[in-house]
Amino acid sequence: MRVGVFICHCGNNIAGTVDVKAVADEIRKIPGVAHATTYMYTCSEPGQDEIKQAIKQYNLNRIVVAACSPRMHELTFRRTIEKAGLNKYYFEMANIREHISWVGENKEANTKKAIDVITMAVAKVMQDKPLFSSSFKINKRVLVIGGGVAGMQAALDCGDGGLEVVLVEKSPSVGGMMSRLDKTFPTIDCSICILGPKMVDVAQHDKIKLYAYSEIEDIKGYVGNYQIKIRKKATYVDWTKCTGCGACMEKCPSRNAYDYFNFGVAPTKAINIPFPQAIPKKAKIDPNYCRQFTKGKCGVCAKICPTKAINYEMQDEIVTEEVGAIIVASGYSLLDLERLPEYGGGRYPDVISGIQYERLLNASGPTAGHILRPSDNTEPKTVVFVACAGSRDKSIGVPYCSNFCCMYIAKQAILTKDHIPDSQSYVFYMDIRSPGKGYDEFTRRAQEDYGVKYIRGRVSRIYPKGKKMVVRGADTLLGTQVEVEADLVVLGTAVLSNPDAARLAEKLHISYDTFGFYVESHPKLRPVETNTSGVFLAGACQGPKDIPASVGQGSAAASKVLALFSKDMLESDPAVAKVNINKCVGCLKCVRTCPFQAIKENQLRDGRIVADVIETVCAGCGVCTSTCPCGAIQLQHFTDNQILAEVNALCQG
Amino acid sequence: MDAINLTESIDWEFIEHVKEESGQDPALCYQCGNCTAGCPYSHYFDYPVSQIMRLLQAGQKDTILNSKAIWLCATCETCTTRCPCEIDVAHIMDVLRIIARRENRVSEKDIKLFYDSFLDSVKKFGRIYEVGTLMSYNLRSGHLFADSDLGPKVLAHNKIHFLPKKIKGSDKVAKIFDRFQETLKKHG
Repeated sequence: MRVGVFICHCGNNIAGTVDVKAVADEIRKIPGVAHATTYMYTCSEPGQDEIKQAIKQYNLNRIVVAACSPRMHELTFRRTIEKAGLNKYYFEMANIREHISWVGENKEANTKKAIDVITMAVAKVMQDKPLFSSSFKINKRVLVIGGGVAGMQAALDCGDGGLEVVLVEKSPSVGGMMSRLDKTFPTIDCSICILGPKMVDVAQHDKIKLYAYSEIEDIKGYVGNYQIKIRKKATYVDWTKCTGCGACMEKCPSRNAYDYFNFGVAPTKAINIPFPQAIPKKAKIDPNYCRQFTKGKCGVCAKICPTKAINYEMQDEIVTEEVGAIIVASGYSLLDLERLPEYGGGRYPDVISGIQYERLLNASGPTAGHILRPSDNTEPKTVVFVACAGSRDKSIGVPYCSNFCCMYIAKQAILTKDHIPDSQSYVFYMDIRSPGKGYDEFTRRAQEDYGVKYIRGRVSRIYPKGKKMVVRGADTLLGTQVEVEADLVVLGTAVLSNPDAARLAEKLHISYDTFGFYVESHPKLRPVETNTSGVFLAGACQGPKDIPASVGQGSAAASKVLALFSKDMLESDPAVAKVNINKCVGCLKCVRTCPFQAIKENQLRDGRIVADVIETVCAGCGVCTSTCPCGAIQLQHFTDNQILAEVNALCQG
Repeated sequence: MDAINLTESIDWEFIEHVKEESGQDPALCYQCGNCTAGCPYSHYFDYPVSQIMRLLQAGQKDTILNSKAIWLCATCETCTTRCPCEIDVAHIMDVLRIIARRENRVSEKDIKLFYDSFLDSVKKFGRIYEVGTLMSYNLRSGHLFADSDLGPKVLAHNKIHFLPKKIKGSDKVAKIFDRFQETLKKHG
């Protein structure tokens, strides 16, 4: 056995707090180590060439690189030694940067720890076995979860690239948050006018299969071969018959249903089509309000429907789709007004959220585009906007900036002046965050051309005084308290993750942060990938994001899927669990504990029952290894012997 | 207003001192102004509370300790309740008042005297004896007839008593004051 050890300086990243020369001297003394050296940047081309040359010159057959995290460069070095003729699993990486030099300042202690960690890696590499990956076929269909602007963009780009797309949207229409907006910043172009064509494209694209009003029930499988169970929620209307004529909605006697599309600005009918441009334009019954469901009799819609599409007996339906990759574009939600009791949202009708104000501005909204205060349907002359309503507020658990409120508040203030020329708008803000192209000019335009008064300070409370709402805040630039008597108050409420974000993440085996936003593989260099191969992210499910960024990510995720599917076969990772059938007693505990359903029961020719690992499904997590009572199941590349060799090396040192 | 020379005038020791004594970190404040927005006494202050926080971040010890604001603060804790950064602003105001008193820099003498009268009463009776406190304050401050017009009203409502009411264990309350005086002597 001839081990070669290469210790990286990583500039000053490692050499600054670890005496790399002393480490090399110490490692050279280990029996079996034929060569140990240091290099400024081992990952550089000359650094890799040095490894290749040393393999020839010293006849090395096992390699250890002591440098950064294997997450960064394990693949690089595996490829290097493979090119030099070694099996790529005859390689170990000792992380002496993230685990040592970056976390400790004591050079002596760091040097000692680096020696220990490399000694362990040497002991492990000596136990390593050659492993070979096998190839498997991939299913070149893609699932897109979420039909907002990010998901639609991803679906359209994948479809245009020739992939079959399954698009699942939980609400009755695609369009997402963008379909609720009136105009978009900084160009003030009509939101539905630019989104509508995309929605129509989604509906008409021959590669896109749309499941509206459906949710992901279950996900099984692995990159290249997923089985997806989709729950088609009961709409109580047969969509194959419904023509979207709207006769049912007109005649429905139940007028007080909550309008999810309009965020409750005004009530809707129990049977409704959410908005005129809805895709698919089909009706749906809300059983919480429908008299047929609440009182057991009515049936008006069933009588009126010209195509006899109403079916009160309809049940949820589960369908299965098979895909090879998943793009998650499940979007975001907004802070409930009632979480800010000092502002009175929910108690006072004239304190509303930004998204509700969008619906008041919008021609397809409940006021047909006339700004009217909810309390008395009069035109407000003084409108106050409160930015950071919940955002950047640690005390309610939202310490982050919600990204786009500064911009839409400027837009809404401008539109207010357009709608009501004799109105005056005020904006309470802490900082104006407008770093996009043309964004800062836009917020300036609100102040310079539209006379919007920007007040730097937070609002402490809002209370009614006659027909007005008194907004009491501070002007920190004046160093004083200020009050505005407003007709209408609009809160720029904080952006939150979806309430069911965690549940979906668990089905997808992807990680999410404290706030429920999905975590990308690398914040800069792998922004749409996740750490689960085959699952990609787009849009605000990853963090608050405006339209251009969401669309950009949708396209980026699509390009990642297209690149993945440019091959016909994928290589499997051989570092998976393997059953020794001579030791296996067939208790099948492993079958029950495997979180990936990667182990199945197998009957041998002699009738004996043993466990059998489906290599491509196994994620190499190792839960089965620690469950097996007789040590029959071993995770390749991390066998008991290999791990014990590391422990021994550490304890003897 | 003269420019504040920040290289020379930031009193880092003072910032650390306030931080230690209050257990609050002024660096958490991002100057949103919500403390000022909600403060019911702001219009009497020479510096609104958000500016006191800013002066503290800038280590402007003299300006803070000479300010009226730290004495006029009623410790209603609206600032603490509203602060999005979870800073106990009222507690910082309290600490600033304590430091000012320790350094004999009392910009609002009457308020200090009121605190003294109040605490003396608590020490003596284990609770507040309003009439005694009032008389003690009026004598010490020289405002002999301050608030005397309120007397008949509160008496009529039976809100105030001529004689003090002692509580059980008032001697133990007094001991708290003694212990405090002792530690003060020990640690200077």
